[in-house]
Amino acid sequence: MAVVEEKVTTWLGRSVKRKEDDRFLQGRGNYIEDIKLPGMLYMAILRSPYAHARILSIDTAAAMQVPGVVAVVTGADLVAHKLAWMPTLSGDTQAVLATDKVRMQGQEVACVIAEDVYTAHDALGLIDVDYEPLPVVTNPQQALAEGAPVIRDDKEGKTDNRIYHWEAGDQGATERAFAQADRVVSIGMHYPRCHPSPLECCGCVADVNPASGKVTIYMTSQAPHAHRTVFALVTGLPEQNIQIISPDLGGGFGNKVPIYPGYVVATAASLLIGRPVKWIEDRTGNLISTGFARDFYMDGELALRQDGKMLGLRVNMLSDQGYAYADAQPSKFKAGLFHVVTGSYDIPAAHVVTDGAYTNKAPGGVAYRCSFRVTEASFFIERLVQKAAYELGLDPAELRRLNFIQPEQFPYTSATGFVYDSGDYERALDLALEKVGYRELRQEQAKLRQEGKGKLLGIGLASFTEVVGAGPGRQFDILGIRMFDSAELRVHPTGKAILKLGVKSQGQGHETTFAQIVSNELGIPPQDVMVQEGDTDNTPYGLGTYASRSTPTGGAATAVVARELREKAKRIAAHLLEAAAEDLEWELGRFFVRGTPDRGVTIQDVAFAAYTNLPEGMQAGLEGVHYYDPPNMTYPFGSYVVVVDIDAGTGQWKVRRVVAVDDCGVRINPMIVEGQIMGGLTEGLGMAAMELITFDEEGNCIGSNFMDYLLPTSMETPHFDLFETVTPSPHHPIGCKGVGESATVGSPAAYVNAVIDALAPYEITNIDMPVTSDKVWEALRSKGVGA
Amino acid sequence: MYPAKFEYFPPRTLEEALSLLAKYGDEGKVLAGGQSLIPLMKLRFAAPRALIDLNRIEGLDQLVEEDGGLRIGALVRTKACERSQLLRDRYRALADAAPQISDPIVRNRGTVVGSLAHADPQGDWGSVMLAVGARVEARGSGGTRTIPIEQFFQGPFASALEPDEIVTSVVVPDPGPRASGTYLKLERKVGDFATVGVAVHLSLDNGRVRRAGIGLTAVAPTNVRATKAEEALAGAELNDASIRNAAELAAQAAEPRSDLRGSADYKRHIVQVFTERGLRTAAEAAGAA
Ligand SMILES: Cc1cc2nc3c(=O)[nH]c(=O)nc-3n(C[C@H](O)[C@H](O)[C@H](O)COP(=O)(O)OP(=O)(O)OC[C@H]3O[C@@H](n4cnc5c(N)ncnc54)[C@H](O)[C@@H]3O)c2cc1C
Repeated sequence: MAVVEEKVTTWLGRSVKRKEDDRFLQGRGNYIEDIKLPGMLYMAILRSPYAHARILSIDTAAAMQVPGVVAVVTGADLVAHKLAWMPTLSGDTQAVLATDKVRMQGQEVACVIAEDVYTAHDALGLIDVDYEPLPVVTNPQQALAEGAPVIRDDKEGKTDNRIYHWEAGDQGATERAFAQADRVVSIGMHYPRCHPSPLECCGCVADVNPASGKVTIYMTSQAPHAHRTVFALVTGLPEQNIQIISPDLGGGFGNKVPIYPGYVVATAASLLIGRPVKWIEDRTGNLISTGFARDFYMDGELALRQDGKMLGLRVNMLSDQGYAYADAQPSKFKAGLFHVVTGSYDIPAAHVVTDGAYTNKAPGGVAYRCSFRVTEASFFIERLVQKAAYELGLDPAELRRLNFIQPEQFPYTSATGFVYDSGDYERALDLALEKVGYRELRQEQAKLRQEGKGKLLGIGLASFTEVVGAGPGRQFDILGIRMFDSAELRVHPTGKAILKLGVKSQGQGHETTFAQIVSNELGIPPQDVMVQEGDTDNTPYGLGTYASRSTPTGGAATAVVARELREKAKRIAAHLLEAAAEDLEWELGRFFVRGTPDRGVTIQDVAFAAYTNLPEGMQAGLEGVHYYDPPNMTYPFGSYVVVVDIDAGTGQWKVRRVVAVDDCGVRINPMIVEGQIMGGLTEGLGMAAMELITFDEEGNCIGSNFMDYLLPTSMETPHFDLFETVTPSPHHPIGCKGVGESATVGSPAAYVNAVIDALAPYEITNIDMPVTSDKVWEALRSKGVGA
Repeated sequence: MYPAKFEYFPPRTLEEALSLLAKYGDEGKVLAGGQSLIPLMKLRFAAPRALIDLNRIEGLDQLVEEDGGLRIGALVRTKACERSQLLRDRYRALADAAPQISDPIVRNRGTVVGSLAHADPQGDWGSVMLAVGARVEARGSGGTRTIPIEQFFQGPFASALEPDEIVTSVVVPDPGPRASGTYLKLERKVGDFATVGVAVHLSLDNGRVRRAGIGLTAVAPTNVRATKAEEALAGAELNDASIRNAAELAAQAAEPRSDLRGSADYKRHIVQVFTERGLRTAAEAAGAA
């Protein structure tokens, strides 16, 4: 059959099938659990049953007696190697194995290394630990109260549980704005602790070669280069001897950014024993001990004029950090980018006060599918704006429209110092309202309210703005390392390319998307571009994938390096065509002489010549590397509308419709973008409706398995109607903004706003997430409504 | 999630299985669908020395009507109940409950009898069987005996079975020509255990209730019958008043506990709402309304 090939003029905006899916769909991926090395041992971790206790003694003798057990490691063993504590990504410390005390339930206390995984677990049960339970702190209010037990008494001079106090914005200007306000609307809420819950838990295979000293660590890492540097700093091993290989990852969502004790102990054990050691975390271990998300208590007020114009915003945020400050976030921003809380609105004055406190819980506060706490910020402002609309008697859409930053205001400097690159918020909102049939829905709602038969309909909006793509090196660093990212591109003699990146896909489709960027610049089709990531020995240095940064940074680096190669290619083409470089024109995949389109050479011809037939004095090869330091962050945005029906008899709510308009600038692969958005809308529903990690007063974690920690399935997930507007980023080489997290950030408020909208006539103004049926029913009952 | 060591036996006959069970006593466990037992073993909450797998024994997978009643063999999967036209036509409470139990993977393996033997107060089958008035047939070294379902559940995860007994089937009596039922379950997501479940069964006679059965899930230490509600309905006409009254009585039979799924008040309220809704659905299907 003859295939008529259409002439490709751009590879942007094309839904190329994901190149990586062939191997995933055929079960030929290579995940951490697939890696098996000769002589490999298995490690299992003994975790603390107590949230806070002194360790009186640890007896490992019986465990050591089990046939097949090779070693039992405790904190005391690590002290000898100065490895009992390690730095966190926010410059705090965290125990590798507990020495003095355990400070959270699930904390790592000892490890068994055995010939097989069953034996390792059998032996765990024989380790005898004597604990003396201590008073437990389970929330940050308690932590900061007078007389609270000091959790981090391991730190010299630490006399309380405060981690940071950090402010943004202008207090004086904000006070003046409030003084002028006709109305002040306030809201208080808890964005509860939830968990990224990648389907694949964490794990590693550490392989130290006792002869060469080479340390190869296969590990579930979203940031392998940064992790290599941290490993070098922690262990004192020479960095060139450490190779981190992050294989295929079964999701990350921020959970695989931090370094966990399991990685460190497995590596130390391999070093001491001289055999490879594998550690695979189980689900409970993942849920109770690794990077959780959110857990922010937020209170704030909006100052408004009677006509709805916003004048000022005041927010207080208290963060429950667990027993270590272990957020993976830029070091200059103590509460991440939470101060982007003015959102999509032109609010002249704002003041944000943040505090972080230690509690007896898992450390972290990873930004679960979120650019450093923009999720909490977006949720807060979108909930507050809806409440303000009700109090002013305005439609929530109208109040938003009145206050949106206008297209001509970009670049827009916000009251807390962000410089928004581009946006057209009203266009996105209008499109969403039109697609959902907003007016008709409001009419239906009015009718139902009049009939008063217990049928409750709610319509929730969220017009979010994100700040992603960290970030400009002068402002953004992690442990001092600037947050650039990099791309290395080589075109081989046959015209096929290999692209190596410092970022690392966990399912986002990098192998396809980044190939398309090369295709778009060089005209080499995506199937001819191999994308490599995750191996620190074979990729240029980069900070990894999280915070929607890969396309804004690594994608930009790819476009720039490809353009650099095109410049060289042009000079080779001129040589082949015996023309002056200035006289050549470029159409995708081909140079030709201006005015004589027939006289041309393809990029493949040029690639071959780069190794076979070069102009005098030119270096061979077609290869380059670029480290991209973004000039600014990018600001994706969108408007979501969620429609819910509530059963007043049971409090259950059901999503009738979701309309999502996203603007992430230029879309490289629309199919992949839509996949990201659908995933985020599903996760948003999960947080709004069911996901919760909570603790009893003894600090026992409730939510330690998937029967208690509820994730939405296909059955709960509604249909999503997706639409787009395109407002390119003015500073990104191909106008992209990053989209991996938009829907996780923007949608929770839309769901909750929808439920609250249904309940608004009863003066119910807030229900904290997860908005479960019993909470809805209790809220109705408290207002004397419901059967 | 690695179980402790155990020995595995796949007997071919019930006699063989019984003698293995007699040999290991407390330390032996019968394996049916494994959907409750295996998770417990993986968490090491259960560590039986011997696992006696019933799955190769022939004749235990019967789902048939005999003498007007329904016999559900020990290896009948929840999925088979979900697919059964017979259940949809004649044993509606069972048919409605089946697809609400967990997810398709669990239903493909999990058995009705295994669920009863597990005696989880959050199990759905127990309430359904209480509503329809089933009886459990068990065999042990002492022979065969029949246990009425209301005597079967003794406490959370405790049944009337002796350690050496195997349930061979559960039998549901003939509901009569004009009967129906349903099962309502409040769950937080698909695959979740019930926050509250209500099983309703109605057999009618001359426009009046001949027998009403109401079983409650997750609101007491075992699955329980709402006896007072059943008694109030027996012989009564089904109308708004009798249905509301029964629903209130059913709520009183519940002794729920407050937890993350909701307060005791909430759960009691759900029992009432579901009983009312369930009775209306069943009444309509049985042709009373
Ligand atoms: C994720 C998940 C979700 C679930 N959700 C629900 C739910 O929503 N509602 C619900 O009701 N159930 C639920 N279940 C439980 C499921 O229905 C089980 O299948 C059922 O409870 C047990 O049946 P089984 O055949 O798997 O029994 P097994 O796990 O094989 O056995 C359970 C117990 O019964 C004993 N036993 C089994 N058969 C016999 C017999 N013939 N004689 C004597 N003792 C016997 C076993 O020794 C064991 O102690 C869920 C299970 C899972 C894994």
